Amino acid sequence: MSSTPANRLHLAVALDGTGWHPASWREPVARPRDLFTAGYWTDLVAEAERGLIDFVTLEDGLGPQSSHFLDPDERTDQVRGRLDAVLIASRVAPLTRHIGLVPTVVSTHTEPFHISKAIATLDYVSTGRAGLRVQISGRPNEAAHFGRRTIRRIEAYDSPAAQDVITELFDEAADHVEVVRRLWDSWEDDTEIRDAATGRFIDRDKLHYIDFEGRHFSVKGPSITPRPPQGQPLVTALAHQSTGYRLLARQADIGYVTPHDADQARAIVAELRAGQQAAGRAGDTLHVFGDLVVFLDDSRAQAQARRDRLDTLAGEPYTSDARIFTGTAAQLVDLLEELAVAGLTGFRLRPAVAGHDLPRISRDLVPELQRRGRFREAYEADTLRGLLGLARPANRYAASVA
Amino acid sequence: MSKPLKQIHLAAHFPGVNNTTVWSDPAAGSHIDFSSFAHFARTAERAKFDFLFLAEGLRLREQGGKIYDLDVVGRPDTFTVLAALAAVTDRLGLTGTINSTFNEPYEVARQFASLDHLSGGRSAWNVVTSWDAFTGENFRRGGFLPQEDRYSRAKEFLATAHELFDSWRGDEILADQATGTFLRDAQAGAFVHRGQHFDIHGRFNVPRSPQGRPVIFQAGDSDEGREFAASDADAIFSRYSTLKEGQAFYTDVKSRLAKYGRRHDQLLILPAATFVLGDTDQEAAELAREVRRQQVSGATAIKHLEFVWNRDLSAYDPEGPLPDVDPVVGEDHISRGRAQVRMYRDPIAIAREWRQLAEANKWSIRDLVINTGNRQTFVGAPATVAQTINDFVQADASDGFILVPHITPGGLDLFADKVVPLLQEQGVFRSDYEGTTLRDHLGLAHPDADSAGAPERAVS
Repeated sequence: MSSTPANRLHLAVALDGTGWHPASWREPVARPRDLFTAGYWTDLVAEAERGLIDFVTLEDGLGPQSSHFLDPDERTDQVRGRLDAVLIASRVAPLTRHIGLVPTVVSTHTEPFHISKAIATLDYVSTGRAGLRVQISGRPNEAAHFGRRTIRRIEAYDSPAAQDVITELFDEAADHVEVVRRLWDSWEDDTEIRDAATGRFIDRDKLHYIDFEGRHFSVKGPSITPRPPQGQPLVTALAHQSTGYRLLARQADIGYVTPHDADQARAIVAELRAGQQAAGRAGDTLHVFGDLVVFLDDSRAQAQARRDRLDTLAGEPYTSDARIFTGTAAQLVDLLEELAVAGLTGFRLRPAVAGHDLPRISRDLVPELQRRGRFREAYEADTLRGLLGLARPANRYAASVA
Repeated sequence: MSKPLKQIHLAAHFPGVNNTTVWSDPAAGSHIDFSSFAHFARTAERAKFDFLFLAEGLRLREQGGKIYDLDVVGRPDTFTVLAALAAVTDRLGLTGTINSTFNEPYEVARQFASLDHLSGGRSAWNVVTSWDAFTGENFRRGGFLPQEDRYSRAKEFLATAHELFDSWRGDEILADQATGTFLRDAQAGAFVHRGQHFDIHGRFNVPRSPQGRPVIFQAGDSDEGREFAASDADAIFSRYSTLKEGQAFYTDVKSRLAKYGRRHDQLLILPAATFVLGDTDQEAAELAREVRRQQVSGATAIKHLEFVWNRDLSAYDPEGPLPDVDPVVGEDHISRGRAQVRMYRDPIAIAREWRQLAEANKWSIRDLVINTGNRQTFVGAPATVAQTINDFVQADASDGFILVPHITPGGLDLFADKVVPLLQEQGVFRSDYEGTTLRDHLGLAHPDADSAGAPERAVS
């Protein structure tokens, strides 16, 4: 069956430690002792690239992982510790050729100037395959690692008292992304002129102060790193509710959302499209990816048995913000198609066990999608924007001059 | 009996954002594309160098209220490019300059520990300080730091980072799949730091890296900077590359080590050095003159004079005599974002001296800048340069050099092919790496080596 770009789905894989199930490290394929080596991450990303996956995301955080939603724990039976996601992505970049690399960046405690040049550089070292996944942190313990601010303690993300805090953190994240994006544009593409006749290396008229003034920071610019190959690397974020959807509508190229069925997916997509309209971005492509945790095996019973076994090892049933799928690759494709009808343009799959479910994605799921004409047969573009059907954006400062 | 020959340390500085880089040469390539960094790093590794060095800049330089446009401008992010270079090299150390003023210890410690893991123990940190509000305009904190606090913040920043690196002993990860114990110690990474500049506590989330801590470099030259290096650094990146100045600096800094309980060989002194090679000494000298003319265009000469005069000199002819007006002395400087301006502490005296020099030698403005500016450190045939480098090191003017070629990215190739083999023949430079980590290359002990077993946990 022939596949046309129009009906193709996009696929991302979310990498986090040995996998998303907290007992995943105990599986024989898990390689938990290798987690802090370059080889571990290179192997995972190479596997995803073998499956022609659009991009991988890399989870990160500015404190240890925890089983509590806001506080650290004292557990010794789960993976704790991780390497900086931007550096992992960069370490892997020269060893891969096509796959996009999208590390997590915490906007709450980082400097947008540093993040902007780091992701621009990731775009250079990967020759156009960089993105970022922006995340807020409402954890008081992570704020204490920086000592610059206290974050008002919230008891539950869905409590009314939490909304003010979360709204503020998301607004700050939107400002953070705005600064990052302006810095990417602060050099026009042809700033470097090397004009030996006049002795000028650059045309300074093509450099721009961004002069951002916001509630939490002001940044002058321009960047010290020239505009990256993609012009604007991809900005992505995960959101579960309206506060987060507003950030996606205002600033993101890809939003990860967590619908549990097609109706929820439809409602989220409608809210996002309305938000885009309100933000004056109706004409921009905003991909909406559904997040799913996946246990993939030859039969649903096997997948379920594996999930049960891991739950037993963990001492409690695994729960997630995202829908958890257990079954075969063909069954998963059925589900993806059903959700896609509701307006999702792609999916970010979270392998429950990286060493098991990632190869199942690249070797079982992708061929099944290809059989149904829903996935690429080969990488068709050199950049991540190209893979996602996004044009290289014009420079906002150049446009304002013309 | 003669004293045994010292082994020379060599490293390579990727050039850029300075007027030593000749961008107008047809051989000059990109200073941004990763392929340039990869070529440069692979050459350094082929030559068995200790490490590659990257400088940093956090705001584009300005002069006369405008962005400076005559030198190479633009550079990638230090951590990110070093992590990528770890993928295309196996042994080469990866040294990054990271500012302690516009960063926070938790984040920087995590990045260096991550880089150390991802490179198999090859990371190094050149700790620099800043205080100026000009650079601060790009950061949340702004230009908040009084100048007199910059070293106290840097020292505390480094001490705090070390507490974070040391918050894991290195044996906590058991990852026993059978029993389900991942961590041996529930408190791994616990830290508390309460000080003048930082008040932080919690859990560091990167396990101990192959080198324990990155190798620490320091680059400041003030008295405070030298003390900082003597007390805290593994290597110092100096700018004294003549024999006499080098020996004076070497003696001074090494003599400061004892009061911190440190041995002579625990701090390496590595000046930056430039070079020009030719088939003969004569040819190299001619080439060096040509390079100087490429480095100092007429426009560059005028801008260079403005650093001292601190006023707009654009009306002057670079091929004409020096201005007879005196420099403007004051707090505000025509040049911003450039460390160089602080070198000229008495501009009136310098202007007088330069006018006299120019008159005596019949030099134009451009001639003066070419002749008084940074001349190449080593000029000659490969045998001459190898001999001079060896002489400097054996005479304790340094422990080696950080070479700054004037061409990106191929400027190191000839040195690797022609000079390094001669040093190897003389038995003063390694013919292959003997270890895998940067500490191995530099002859520095692992931080845990002195204590019996693992360090004590700071917090339990």
